[in-house]
Amino acid sequence: MKNKKEDDKKIETGKVKELATRAAFGDAIIALGKKDKRIVALTADLSESTKVSGFAEEFPDRFFQIGIAEQNMMNIAAGLSATGKIPFVATFAIFSSGRAWEQMRTAVCYANMNVKIIGSHSGLSNGGDGASHQELEDIAITRVIPNLRVIVPCDYVETVKAVIEASKIEGPVYIRVSRDNSPVITRETTRFQIGDAEVFSIGKDASIIACGKMVAIALDAAEELKKEGVFAGVINLHTIKPIDEKTILNAAKETGAIVTAEEHQVHGGMGSAVLEVLAGHPVPVEMVGVKDRFGQSGKVPELMKEYGLTKEDIKKAVHEVMKRKNQKTDSLRNIYI
Amino acid sequence: MRKLAIKELEEKAKEIRKDVIRMVYEAQSGHIGGALSSAEIFSSLFFNVLNHDPKRPDWNERDRFVLSKGHACAGLYSAMARSGYFEVSELNTFRKIDSRLQGHPSRADLPMLEASTGSLGQGLSIAVGIALGLRLDSLKSRVYCLAGDGELDEGQIWEAAMAASHYKLDNLCAIIDVNGLQIDGWTKDIMNTQPLLDKFESFGWHVLEADGHNIKDILRAFEDAKKIDDMPVAILAQTVKGKGVSFMENKAEWHGKPPTKEEMIRALVELGDGKDER
Repeated sequence: MKNKKEDDKKIETGKVKELATRAAFGDAIIALGKKDKRIVALTADLSESTKVSGFAEEFPDRFFQIGIAEQNMMNIAAGLSATGKIPFVATFAIFSSGRAWEQMRTAVCYANMNVKIIGSHSGLSNGGDGASHQELEDIAITRVIPNLRVIVPCDYVETVKAVIEASKIEGPVYIRVSRDNSPVITRETTRFQIGDAEVFSIGKDASIIACGKMVAIALDAAEELKKEGVFAGVINLHTIKPIDEKTILNAAKETGAIVTAEEHQVHGGMGSAVLEVLAGHPVPVEMVGVKDRFGQSGKVPELMKEYGLTKEDIKKAVHEVMKRKNQKTDSLRNIYI
Repeated sequence: MRKLAIKELEEKAKEIRKDVIRMVYEAQSGHIGGALSSAEIFSSLFFNVLNHDPKRPDWNERDRFVLSKGHACAGLYSAMARSGYFEVSELNTFRKIDSRLQGHPSRADLPMLEASTGSLGQGLSIAVGIALGLRLDSLKSRVYCLAGDGELDEGQIWEAAMAASHYKLDNLCAIIDVNGLQIDGWTKDIMNTQPLLDKFESFGWHVLEADGHNIKDILRAFEDAKKIDDMPVAILAQTVKGKGVSFMENKAEWHGKPPTKEEMIRALVELGDGKDER
C-alpha cells in the first residue's frame, strides 16, 4: 500500500480545468501520428465530433473517411491492420461498439488484429441527442469479448496516456471517451498502466470503485463524506478488462464495503465486473449506475441527476453499504427467515 | 512459385475437390457445395495468379487472398496445403479439436491467413482495408477476395463496394462465385441479388464475366482485371454448386451436409479415382 503523501500527488486538488476526453483522443492521435507512420485513422462521417479531424488535416493520406458505414469501417480497419498499420476507428460508442459489434468481435478480436476502437459520446455525455445516440451498454458488450482490452479513462490527461499506451499494445483495445467536459483530476505524473487500478485515496469505512468521469464525482463525494467523519477510499478502475483483481480484493478486505460508480447500465458494466471479482468474497456492495433504463434528451447535469449519477447518489450508496456492513444481520439467511 | 499451365490447373482443381470430399467426410461436418463450385477459382489463384511464396507467408510483397465465403474453406485449406503452406496430412485435422483448420478460417489459429472470415459479408470490407494499406506502402501487390452470390444479401458487401470504388482501388479484384444457391434454396427465390453485372457497374466497378469452371476463361478474366486502372474489378464467375459430383450438383442440401461413406466413395470415383485415397 502506498503512503498518503504519494497518493496525494496522484490527483489535482482544488479548482481544476474541465476538458473533454474526446479532445484528448484527438490530441493524442496527432502526437502518435507524428512519431509512428503505422498510425492510421478511420471515421464514419463523425470526424469533427470524435475529434479525429485534427489527425485528418495533419495526415490526410493516413486518414480514411468511410461514410456512414460503421460495419464496413470496422472490417476495413481489420484489413489495414493486416498490412501492419495501427488503425484507430473513431465514432460514437453506440456505433463502434454496438452497430459494428460482430465485426469487432469476429474480424478484429477473434483474429486478434491490432485495431484500436474509440467509443465517443459514451454514457449520457451526448445529452441532447437522446437514447438512440447515447451509449450505456458498451462496457458490457465489449468486456465480454476475448482478446479485447477495455479502457474507460477518467479524464483528459488519462485519456492521452490511454491512447498512447493502447498503440504500444499488440491487439485490440476499446477506449471509451465522452463528449462533454469533465474535471481534469490526474496529472502528467500520475501513474497509468493498462490493467492496474489506481488507488486515488485510501479509505477506512468503504471503497468507491469508479471509472470515467464518475471518478471525479466519487472524489468529491469522498471529500464531503470526510466532513461527516466517513472515510471512503476512491479507486480509479480505468481498465475494465483485464481487471485488476488484486486491488479490488485488497479494497474489499481493508474497508469491508464497496460502492461501484459508472456512467453505464449497472447490468453487465464495470460494477458487474467488480462483482465477478468479488464472487466468493462476501462483502456488501452498492452499485451506482443506470438502472435498466434508456437515456433521454436533456442537459448532461440534468441527466446525471435523473439517472442517479451524482455525488449525492454516491454518498447515499456509501451510507447504505456501511449500514449493511455494520448490521450483523446483513446475510442472505435473513431473506429466507 | 512456378505458374502451372491449364491442364495442371485442371488437375489441381480435381485434387482440391477430392480433398474437400475427404475432409468433410472425415470431419462429418463442413461445407462441400460451395467449396466444389470454387475449385477452379482456388486452383487458378493458388497455382497461377497469386504472386506468393508459401514458404514465406509473411513476404511483404505477396498478393493477398481473402475468402469472404469462409464456409468454403475446405477448398482453401486444400489449395494452401497443396501449394506448400503446410503439410497435406494436416488436412485430416479439419474441424477437429485443437486443429489450425477451423470450420471457418481463423487467422489467430492459422497466421498465414489474411483474415478471420466466414461471418458473411465481411471479407470484402477487409479486402478493401488491405488494398488501402498496400497502396499506402506503395506496394504493387494485389488483393483477391472470393465471395459467394448468396453472401451478397449482406448490406455490408455494398458498403464495401462503394468504398472500393470511392477509393479507386484498382489493386482489388473480387471474384463472385455465382452458383445460384444458398442454404435455403435458389438465390433468386431466397433474395434475388441479380442483376449483378448492373449492380456492380452502378457501384463503380469494372465487371468481367467468366465460366467459373473453365480455367482458361478464369485466367483470361484475371489477366484482364490487371489491366484496369482506377477502378476495382469484379469477376462474376458462373458456377455450379457441388460441381464435379453428379448427385451434389445444384442441390442446396449439399451446402453443409457431410457425405456417408458410400457417398464419399461414389464422389471420389466420379472425380476420377479412388486410387490415391488416403
